[in-house]
Amino acid sequence: MSKELIRLSDCFMKFDDDVILDHINLYINDKEFLTLLGPSGCGKTTTLRIIGGFQKPTSGDVYFDGVRINDVPPHKRKVNTVFQKYALFTHMNIFENVAFGLRVNKVPDPKDPKRMIKVPESEIKERVEEALALVNLAGYGKRSVNSLSGGQQQRVAIARAIVNRPQVLLLDEPLGALDLKLRKDMQIELKRIQQQVGITFIYVTHDQEEALTMSDTIVVMNEGKIQQIGTPEDIYNEPKNAFVADFIGESNIIDGIMHEDYVVGMYGRKFKCLDKGFAPNEPVDVVIRPEDIDIVPEAEGQLTGTVTEVTFKGIHYDIIVDFKGFKWLIQTTDYSPVGAKIGVKIDPDGFHIMKKSQYSGTFGDYSSYSSEYDELNEDRLEDEEVGDEE
Amino acid sequence: MKNKWLAAPYVVWMALFVVAPLILVVIFAFTDKAGGITLDNFSNMATYIPAFQHSFVLAIAATVICILIGYPLAYFLSRESLMVRKVAMMLIMLPMWMNFLLRTYAWMSILDDNGLINQFLANIGFFNLINSIFGTNLQYIHMINTQGAIVLGMVYNFLPFMVLPIFSVIDKIDHRVIEAAQDLGANGTMVFRKVIFPLSLPGVLSGVTMVFIPSVSTFALSRLLGGGKTLLLGDLIEMQFLGNAYNPHLGSAIALVMMVIVLVMMAIMNRFGEGEEGVAVL
Repeated sequence: MSKELIRLSDCFMKFDDDVILDHINLYINDKEFLTLLGPSGCGKTTTLRIIGGFQKPTSGDVYFDGVRINDVPPHKRKVNTVFQKYALFTHMNIFENVAFGLRVNKVPDPKDPKRMIKVPESEIKERVEEALALVNLAGYGKRSVNSLSGGQQQRVAIARAIVNRPQVLLLDEPLGALDLKLRKDMQIELKRIQQQVGITFIYVTHDQEEALTMSDTIVVMNEGKIQQIGTPEDIYNEPKNAFVADFIGESNIIDGIMHEDYVVGMYGRKFKCLDKGFAPNEPVDVVIRPEDIDIVPEAEGQLTGTVTEVTFKGIHYDIIVDFKGFKWLIQTTDYSPVGAKIGVKIDPDGFHIMKKSQYSGTFGDYSSYSSEYDELNEDRLEDEEVGDEE
Repeated sequence: MKNKWLAAPYVVWMALFVVAPLILVVIFAFTDKAGGITLDNFSNMATYIPAFQHSFVLAIAATVICILIGYPLAYFLSRESLMVRKVAMMLIMLPMWMNFLLRTYAWMSILDDNGLINQFLANIGFFNLINSIFGTNLQYIHMINTQGAIVLGMVYNFLPFMVLPIFSVIDKIDHRVIEAAQDLGANGTMVFRKVIFPLSLPGVLSGVTMVFIPSVSTFALSRLLGGGKTLLLGDLIEMQFLGNAYNPHLGSAIALVMMVIVLVMMAIMNRFGEGEEGVAVL
């Protein structure tokens, strides 16, 4: 990664009495794919809108290329946005939608650089076609917006936003309205477009898988605060607190004690791990990913428990196992029937130790686990997103 | 599909009171008093060309004024808070709850040579001031019984029909579309010109329809506010059915021609709207 392009310095945002952003500090590098990830109401969309110029922070500063841009209106910023639900101009055809940014902006006359002129029609045609080709919509210029599918409208929105050659593209949950298959295709495509155009993408989503697939850097947010900044691998493998561990992928989070370096205790037993640097006997949160747990015969297990629920997921089974009243999620390709007594084995690199935080004890228990409940929950979150961040 | 029978009352109503009268009008228009088929009703109409001209010119003037007043009102109203919008809507609708004739009589006493406006101007010394500066002998401004007064009556009575459709269309424009235009580099004027206005055209078109049609066929206004000096189509038709010049055949023919002209104008306008901006007329 190269030089710093955008900096949010101590950005605080209040709406009525609700704190939306709680003193955010964040810098974004040039040509980076950065994702703001978090549940609805965490402040990610607000952060994006502050960068786009649609909202002003209550206090704090926004810098672009070293220049403070708090008071620069959206139409004068070198960023463009791909909006949630696309926000295409339905009264124009595809070509005119994409050409819009070129038609409303003036450029210096090549013959007399002091004069500002409209972009010549020949250049507009060339650049619109180039943008449409980039999103695989060459030849769609004459079509009307309503004749296009959701995925195609999404591509038009991207073409429209990049035709001005912005330094930064802001994307606000752009794939939210698409079905799963299309969403996965578009994730790969967005990454390709970003690399091909070579500009910074700032991407807002509540979908952790999307974030892990595309990003160079992920910023996990909750309750107006940044929880963790890091590469996808960092965030997944070394979550900073129980919130991050729970939000990124599935996690079993268990109360533990760090006896000494490389030795963690839980359920009254000691386990080898790879973490160090904690105070002797410091209480900690222990994260164990469901896929890092091996099921073994009861006698060979480091811990033993009872299977209470099994769900077939295609590639694997989701198995809920009761260990002395605390329920774990285990993902495995081996079937175990409900009621079976099983043992589990966890390798030292399967333990991730986190300091206690305000989120300790609120996540990582699968006692009320239900796959259907999970899906319902996600739908509800999406609906809220539209309402409460407006 | 059994539910379609629920529409039966209206279908019967429409057949009896919309379609049948229309057929009668057509029959009357093409027959004479003896009942024979004739085109005389249409060839006799040449005498009344000035009435056609007056009606269309005044109605177009009223429609244009309604757009000029109604559009900005609807536009700025759509950006106000819910409370302001509710109160404003209420005030816009309020006059419509009052009887049409009563409202028009009120205007008569406002515009009269001895009416409210002239009395007010006299009381504040406006005429004295003008007379002392220009050496004139102005006692009042003549407003009642003019074509201007007729247009004023049309605008006053039909303005809500312009404001409401425009407001409801502008109000429904997705705010993100406006933000998208700003984001792409459009300043306030350009956002309006290239996005808001084209998207609001369907509202303007239905507003125009709803103001122009009652304006062109109005009949009481020219008598009350125009002093009966300007014969409008509505008065002309009324005269053929109720007045001294009793001739329902001619009246039907005039009504038919007026309807055809209005239909053609609306068709052209809607086509223009679609062709130019690709909007579907509501």
